[in-house]
Amino acid sequence: MSAEAGYKKVFGRTESLKNNPTHYCPGCGHSIAHRLVAECLDEMGLREDTIGVPPVGCAVLAYNYFNFDMVEAPHGRALAVATGIKRARPEKFVLSYQGDGDLAAIGTAETIHAANRGEEISTLFINNAIYGMTGGQMAPTTVLGQEATTAPGGRDPKLHGRPIDISLMISHCDGVVYIERCSLASLKHIRQAKKAVRKCFQAQVDRLGFALVELLSPCPTNWKLSPKDAWAWVNEVMVKTYPLGVIKDTTGY
Amino acid sequence: MPSEKMLMRGSHVVGEAAVRAGCRFYAGYPITPQNELPEYLSARMLEVGGTFIQGESEIASINMVLGAASAGMRAMTSSSSPGIALKQEGISYMAGQELPGVIVNMMRGGPGLGNIAPSGADYFQATRGGGNGDYRTPVLAPAGCQELADITFVAFDLADKYRTPVMILGDGLMGQVMEPVVFPDPLKVESLPKKEWALTGCKGREPRALFSMLLNVNALYEHNLHLQEKYDEITAEEQRWETIMTDDAGLLVVAYGTPARIAESAIEELRAEGIAAGLFRPITLWPYPTIPLRNLAAKIGKVAVFEFSMGQMLEDVVLAVGDRAEIYFYGLPGGIVPTPSDIALFLRSALKGDGKVGRRIET
Repeated sequence: MSAEAGYKKVFGRTESLKNNPTHYCPGCGHSIAHRLVAECLDEMGLREDTIGVPPVGCAVLAYNYFNFDMVEAPHGRALAVATGIKRARPEKFVLSYQGDGDLAAIGTAETIHAANRGEEISTLFINNAIYGMTGGQMAPTTVLGQEATTAPGGRDPKLHGRPIDISLMISHCDGVVYIERCSLASLKHIRQAKKAVRKCFQAQVDRLGFALVELLSPCPTNWKLSPKDAWAWVNEVMVKTYPLGVIKDTTGY
Repeated sequence: MPSEKMLMRGSHVVGEAAVRAGCRFYAGYPITPQNELPEYLSARMLEVGGTFIQGESEIASINMVLGAASAGMRAMTSSSSPGIALKQEGISYMAGQELPGVIVNMMRGGPGLGNIAPSGADYFQATRGGGNGDYRTPVLAPAGCQELADITFVAFDLADKYRTPVMILGDGLMGQVMEPVVFPDPLKVESLPKKEWALTGCKGREPRALFSMLLNVNALYEHNLHLQEKYDEITAEEQRWETIMTDDAGLLVVAYGTPARIAESAIEELRAEGIAAGLFRPITLWPYPTIPLRNLAAKIGKVAVFEFSMGQMLEDVVLAVGDRAEIYFYGLPGGIVPTPSDIALFLRSALKGDGKVGRRIET
């Protein structure tokens, strides 16, 4: 019909996303991250082989949006659950999708050890420097000076400790083959993020080892910024603590 | 064909029985007195193409089991008391997500780090649910190596049948002691019943999701009612117990696990003196064989409870028996394993009601 009318389809729904409206706030990075995951799975023909593990956090309901098999993990345990799945079904594509509290605080041990074992799992690490779902408490990745409901006056290293760069930390593990940090706060950055996600997935397809993409993701609601200002904050402030770019790459791609 | 008779220690028996029952995934973290089980499986799983992972913690290990179970595998973890405490998070999630799995607890002394000697102090933790939420875990309490072998098969079958975590509750002595065992036939993994709920990738079907979070209050309400129906069915169908020499008994001894073995020898000692005592041995601690115990206790009129804790299973006995019989209790805090003669002293005292060993429980 559209072809007859002289139209060419240039954009549409991805099969890896269900036709459900999300609960994410306006300007939240999760919707974009979901879209990137879905596009890459579609393009790589992986959807029907994928088993995903959503986090406890804002994306806890990801199984309502992703159109593939998913199993809930307790807070922080996604990479242990994913390890169990991947070892049980090595022929499947296993995706762990986690936030900063999940991956870099309560799940630190699971993260480091899954990475260090070189589990063939693709991990999406959504870093928005705040606990979103619980209402804006300090995250392990909250940057110095950043306001949080449990860091009144801003994060003070003497009072609250310093932000953690877990991507850099686990890059030292031999089992890790690829880590890149990207931003979800401009069209250019989003395009780069998609390339990184795709590479992260390819590393698992080729059974190379552990791969992770960290996505600096805006949280306008808890940062108390407009979506536009939240984008600017990612690219102007957050990147100073979490510089963008490839942190480790031994894939040979 | 069943195996030849073999002399094996309890921890190895569970490992071998698990493999024969079709378990192809094990994750665990070292803790005494059950290290021989992961050690055994670290080699055995390789032989059968299964997975063994030494996890970075008990928490990670139970969650690896959760993951493998979600993918349809027969999966197991094991630990001892403080390690089982750490696994409660995962057990609660598995109950909520209706995922099968087997958890072995070779109990040691507590609370806290306690010691590595045999104990029965995790009865509450096992039977009352150590994790959050309104769930139940079937608990199987064998009393020796042969029963460990047989009951490991039962544990995997129950777990799959009811889509629930199941616990095998032994103790440090049972894990270490060597006894002759004949293993049942190995099951073929590919011939196990299909799991139509398992995550296998959504090729040719709608995607599946396994989760315990139900934000809609009505949905969680319905989910909990559904779980309760399942627990009611398990309670009705799966109670197991053994009675020994109870027909003519004037005293009914109630004990499970290792204490039941000691009690059986004590009963033989009494019988040699012409005193007719018998044993009621619960094998499922949840569901507890409440009514069978009630009926037998009411008939006999006198009950003597012995356990390796200061009165945990006792509560289930009191719930079952109430004031239908006199109840005497002798609890040891674990670690010090009494001889049958020690327990015979308690049983004689209970018969006389003189309060010299143990105490009378008022109901």
